[in-house]
Amino acid sequence: MDTILRVRDIKKSFDGTGVLSGVSLDIREGEVVVIIGPSGCGKSTLLRCINGLEQIDSGEIWLRDELISGRKKDMHLIRQRIGMVFQSYDLFPHMNVMDNLLLGPVKALKKPKEEVEAEAVAMLRRVGLEGRGQALPRTLSGGQKQRVALVRAMLMHPELLLLDEITAALDPEMVSEVLNVVIDLAGDGMTMAIVTHEMRFAEAVADRVLFLEQGSVVEQGTPEQFFHDPQTDRAKQFLQSFTYTSKRERS
Amino acid sequence: MDWSFIGEHVPDYLGGAAVTLRFGLYGVACSLLLGLVCCLLRYFRVPVLRRIAGGYIELARNTPLLVQLFFLYAGLPRVGVRLSAEACAVIGLTFLGGAYMAEAFRSGLEAVDKSQREAGECIGLTRAQNIRYVLLPQALATAAPALFANVIFLIKETSMFSVLAMMDLMNVADTLRTSGGRTVEVLFMLIVAYLIILLPVSLIATWVERRLRYAGFGDQHTV
Repeated sequence: MDTILRVRDIKKSFDGTGVLSGVSLDIREGEVVVIIGPSGCGKSTLLRCINGLEQIDSGEIWLRDELISGRKKDMHLIRQRIGMVFQSYDLFPHMNVMDNLLLGPVKALKKPKEEVEAEAVAMLRRVGLEGRGQALPRTLSGGQKQRVALVRAMLMHPELLLLDEITAALDPEMVSEVLNVVIDLAGDGMTMAIVTHEMRFAEAVADRVLFLEQGSVVEQGTPEQFFHDPQTDRAKQFLQSFTYTSKRERS
Repeated sequence: MDWSFIGEHVPDYLGGAAVTLRFGLYGVACSLLLGLVCCLLRYFRVPVLRRIAGGYIELARNTPLLVQLFFLYAGLPRVGVRLSAEACAVIGLTFLGGAYMAEAFRSGLEAVDKSQREAGECIGLTRAQNIRYVLLPQALATAAPALFANVIFLIKETSMFSVLAMMDLMNVADTLRTSGGRTVEVLFMLIVAYLIILLPVSLIATWVERRLRYAGFGDQHTV
């Protein structure tokens, strides 16, 4: 399969503090890579560098056979091919759901409105938001907003989708309604790079897990291997922090 | 109060009001445009130009309009640039107003969460599309009160045009007062004339601000 994204030894620091110290990563077409690691390890920065929201200090980022890092002009054309969804949804609050969905495809991609609208209606139905096109974002729950944000990104038909802790701001019962949509997309062959703290979701959706610490890749492997037989002490410690010892066991 | 004097001079005031309103509105329109451009240059940190915009804003806000008009009308001819009084009026008012409008737009843009801009970038919008569809509509809702305050301020500042010998409201009144001596009537009419022009602007401002508030999309921070 084709390699969609090639990240080569990228480095990034903010005000002298190194955040990424030489990260390399390949993502093949249809592959779902989950990036996990302790907070501040550079996971989000990695995603933000990939679509140029942050400029890298050194290294290279390739989208298929095009060098996209360090580029000043026409970055919007690259971003049309890379979707991104954030923790804070970031729907446009002054537009209803449908206008949120149409803006990118109609204005950026210049697609006919009717065509996109029909597709948007179908996508909303698919994520369980049928008939909510006229709703304003503020009337939706967090889980609904995030599903709209996913649809908004998908309607651009991106070659690669970046998800940056998209359930971190959600109430627990809304997490699964969003993550099920993501698993659904993965089933359709969507290529994704996902940053998440939901370990069970990571295990379910990932083709490959990347464990990042202090700005470098400490370990990577299949989810089976990483979650059940981690190779490095750091990964073991990290995974242990997600299990709790009960009061009875402690005494 | 000499009502017959007042009735007799209503046409003079109408003429003055026309001048005030016409050049005031030209100035307001140009100020909005200049202010928006300056504000965007600073918001997007355009190299060099944003420094020029910043310098201009400080210069314009910290010098009186009277001095600015004198500079255009009496100063520039000394270096060979001769402008009509009307041109000086519009340029002067724009010079002053652009700076105030830039600051008003800035207050609005800064109130829009940075992530909104990134969300617009992430769906591949160009910078211009992002400004037009995502950033500006939200910024205007916040900036509207400040923008309207500036409109009223600038229309009032047109009273300085009398130093350019333009027959605006202020100059009409001043001429009548010095020639006829009916100070009370003259000033009474002057106040009424300004009120007739500016009260509707205030009312429109209140109406627009209320509509924007009830549109109520400003609560996107309730994550």
